[in-house]
Amino acid sequence: MEIKVTPELVAQHGLTPEEYERIKEILGREPNFTELGIFSVMWSEHCSYKSSLPWLKSLPREGENLLAKAGEENAGAVEIGDGWVVVFKMESHNHPSAVEPYQGAATGVGGIMRDIFAMGARPIASLNSLRFGNLESPQTRYLFDGVVRGIADYGNCFGVPNVGGEVYFEDTYQENPLVNVMALGVAKRGYLASALAKGPGNPVFIVGSSTGRDGIHGATFASEELNEKSQARRPSVQIGDPFMEKLLLEACLEAIRGGHIVGIQDMGAAGITCSTSEMAAKGGCGMKIDLDKVPRREEGMIPYELMLSESQERMLLVVERGYEEEVKAIFKKWELNCEVIGQVVEEGWLKVREGGEVVASIPPHSLVVGEGAPVYKRKEKKPKYLDRVGKRLKGRFPPPADFNQALLKLLSSPTISSKEWVYRQYDTMVRTNTLLPPGSDAAVIRIKKLNKGLALTADGNGRYCYLDPRMGGRIAVAEAARNLICSGAKPLAVTDCLNFGNPEDPEVFWTFARCVEGIGEACRAMQTPVTGGNVSFYNQSPQGSVYPTPVIGMVGLIDDLDKVTTQWFKEKGDLILLLGENRGELGGSEYLRVIYGMVGGGCPVLDLDYELRVQALCRWGIAQGLVKSAHDLSEGGLAIALAEACLASPEGRVGAWVDSLDGPDEVSSLFGESQSRIIVTVEDEGWKRLKEKGDNSGVKVRVIGKVGGDKLKIGNLVDLDLGRLEDEYRFSLVRIMEGRS
Amino acid sequence: MRFGVITFPGSNCDHDCYWALRKVLSQEVEFIWHKEEDVQGYDCLILPGGFSYGDYLRTGAIAKFSPVMRGVKEFVHRGGLVLGICNGFQILQEAGLLPGVMLQNESLRFICDYVYLRVENEKTPFTCGCKKGEVLKIPIAHNAGNFFVEKETLEKLKGENRIILRYCDKEGRISRASNPNGAMDNIAAVINEGGNVLGMMPHPERAIESILGSTDGRKIFESIMRSRDEKG
Repeated sequence: MEIKVTPELVAQHGLTPEEYERIKEILGREPNFTELGIFSVMWSEHCSYKSSLPWLKSLPREGENLLAKAGEENAGAVEIGDGWVVVFKMESHNHPSAVEPYQGAATGVGGIMRDIFAMGARPIASLNSLRFGNLESPQTRYLFDGVVRGIADYGNCFGVPNVGGEVYFEDTYQENPLVNVMALGVAKRGYLASALAKGPGNPVFIVGSSTGRDGIHGATFASEELNEKSQARRPSVQIGDPFMEKLLLEACLEAIRGGHIVGIQDMGAAGITCSTSEMAAKGGCGMKIDLDKVPRREEGMIPYELMLSESQERMLLVVERGYEEEVKAIFKKWELNCEVIGQVVEEGWLKVREGGEVVASIPPHSLVVGEGAPVYKRKEKKPKYLDRVGKRLKGRFPPPADFNQALLKLLSSPTISSKEWVYRQYDTMVRTNTLLPPGSDAAVIRIKKLNKGLALTADGNGRYCYLDPRMGGRIAVAEAARNLICSGAKPLAVTDCLNFGNPEDPEVFWTFARCVEGIGEACRAMQTPVTGGNVSFYNQSPQGSVYPTPVIGMVGLIDDLDKVTTQWFKEKGDLILLLGENRGELGGSEYLRVIYGMVGGGCPVLDLDYELRVQALCRWGIAQGLVKSAHDLSEGGLAIALAEACLASPEGRVGAWVDSLDGPDEVSSLFGESQSRIIVTVEDEGWKRLKEKGDNSGVKVRVIGKVGGDKLKIGNLVDLDLGRLEDEYRFSLVRIMEGRS
Repeated sequence: MRFGVITFPGSNCDHDCYWALRKVLSQEVEFIWHKEEDVQGYDCLILPGGFSYGDYLRTGAIAKFSPVMRGVKEFVHRGGLVLGICNGFQILQEAGLLPGVMLQNESLRFICDYVYLRVENEKTPFTCGCKKGEVLKIPIAHNAGNFFVEKETLEKLKGENRIILRYCDKEGRISRASNPNGAMDNIAAVINEGGNVLGMMPHPERAIESILGSTDGRKIFESIMRSRDEKG
């Protein structure tokens, strides 16, 4: 029995009356139930980018060696030499992870991996950027544990190392955690695949898993606020099967290398609907699909369910006519479904049949982002809260009662302390390319056939963006670049994941727009174009919106593997230099939050020109072979950076004695988070040359201390045994998550 | 020397073994698809790590039915050398070629980390390049590496000197603290009665180049190469 389309049903599908009128105009009639479902997912915020698109277009998307631009393909692609291409992208899986952390996070990994191998690239690394609420809450521990297990189990089984990332804990993410996953793959240029359908008569295949009822309306779920009813959305969360994905990977790469795949696209959000309509629209053609041919795992599925299912581990392939058997043989070898479900047609309609009847007939371009899908210019209004917290703190800050205690407290806070508990659960080494696993400024992997390295990082401080969205956006990009520079790399390009609240709220949208401006400014300055990514709105619960949280994934190239640089101190007697200077900023710092429970006072100011000069100096020092370690200053400021450099070495800890501070007061010089600062260690010769170079380029370079001993001493303020520091730094998270023992 | 690396559906360290043997140690090496039954013409077969059949049901429980395992058994019977690494070790246990089972890690979590291993018996084709008591630094990466056998078998393994590697600390001391996964008696590697099938949980193929953090894994492969040379 056909379900009748009523205004209530239209509203339940998240479509506005105006959008419904447009659908009628496009079709020249009322849509049926299946068509309503198709429009609703394709026009959902998640698939259509209807609120964000005008702003995303303002980001720099042009650059040297860029092969696929943002939005054009499943992921961005950059050539790195000798015909080798890196393909990478970041995506969010926030809402699914909020209601079902294990599967939500696992399928987040699965989805982003498919985006990479749908491009013909073999995935070789992944990273993740996670945000949770307060770890004292059992709910947070449950979410954190589930998300980490989900990422671990999927990635480990799939066989791609998880090489880095970041985890923050802030109350704002209590009800709505953020789970952003980034993946990177490599391919030879000639084997890159495209997500398009062309050539009338070419068969359309569905390959991989069978289709079930899981994940129906996942994209719509991702496009609404979380509330007390969200738990009922658990059936909207897909179930992952990493083993199936591993087989799908091998089979797809084998098929692509065979040379007869016209186009290929992952079935993620909106499943068959999205892949068929996007591929057809891109190729400027149509497609006819016969749902009777779709392999199913459940009986009695109706067309609506088949079209909207988000069952994982499936791909849509368009194959050159005449090579059907060749392709089938490959999938048979890997024991995977491989069924022809339709054909490319000239006429620009997507026609879906079941039992011989047409159940949906829609022009594909009317569905897709950047073409027929709606675009809105959302209202903006500067949020009121900024009057309270956005004003920058000025003047000298009173010292804490005890600097030692303050440092230990910061070091043991979940956001700062070592994430070893997390990454010991990830296979960080499989594929034997990992030169720098998690625990330094950036991860570094090598490309075996090219003998070059890639540095990878994911960065974003939501608190800064909350306090000053534009500056926060800038800082996210600058810090990512600084992390790559400290590891010996030249930054290449960016993928971003923009996590915000409800875009229909003008105050939320104002923060979004300012963040994007900041990101754009910094990306232009760093010459790192944005190759793609993902926008996640509606990260909002009855308690309000999460902090505006853009996460920047950045990839850098290391031409000479001898120049890979780590954050930790190396040898007794080495001089510790500070590049850059303390501007006496405490606003937005981890210190204020952890010691005083205060979020406010603006955020540090980033001067892009100065930042570039600091980065250039550090990069020069590394290239000259002068720099033995480099570590960027971020959350927790100089004191935390020094502690990390003392503790992070896999060879064992080493002490430091620092006797020269800068800036207006002691508190900001230890714990302030002024930007554009890096600590490096050098020998005498390095000090002279870096100083000279710094003087010439207008970057302050000072010796602040020496490496050695078994303590961290900072002036007469901090005097702590490394054993004590290490205990707080390394084991705090373990103690919270595994219980005190 | 000619190595064969067996790829099961879900193997994910097959390429790493291939790289280690071919590119780093300059040996002849071929992939063997799990559907092949004929594994003649090789000097040593490697069952690599990974998640064969997703580790669904039980680690190695489905892979033991792969056609290639018939060939592996015959190969073992004729005295050929077989090395099972991680999931490969679990498959060999399921196939009855090595004793014991792997329980879930005591922590009930996946563990990826470097560990230290003490060579308990250097008179095997897999350790003949090591010294007795030598400490090797090689990573582990598994969910289920908690080696378990019944008491009588454990006594037998000890009596026959078939425990080859044990988890230890940097100085070679064996203790509870140096046991990453709860394995009985800190056992990381055992050998079969015939002395030609070794199962080890740590990944020697990941410790083959100094740029990756350790080269101790080479000693396992170089021992195999050396034992072949000595045999002529």
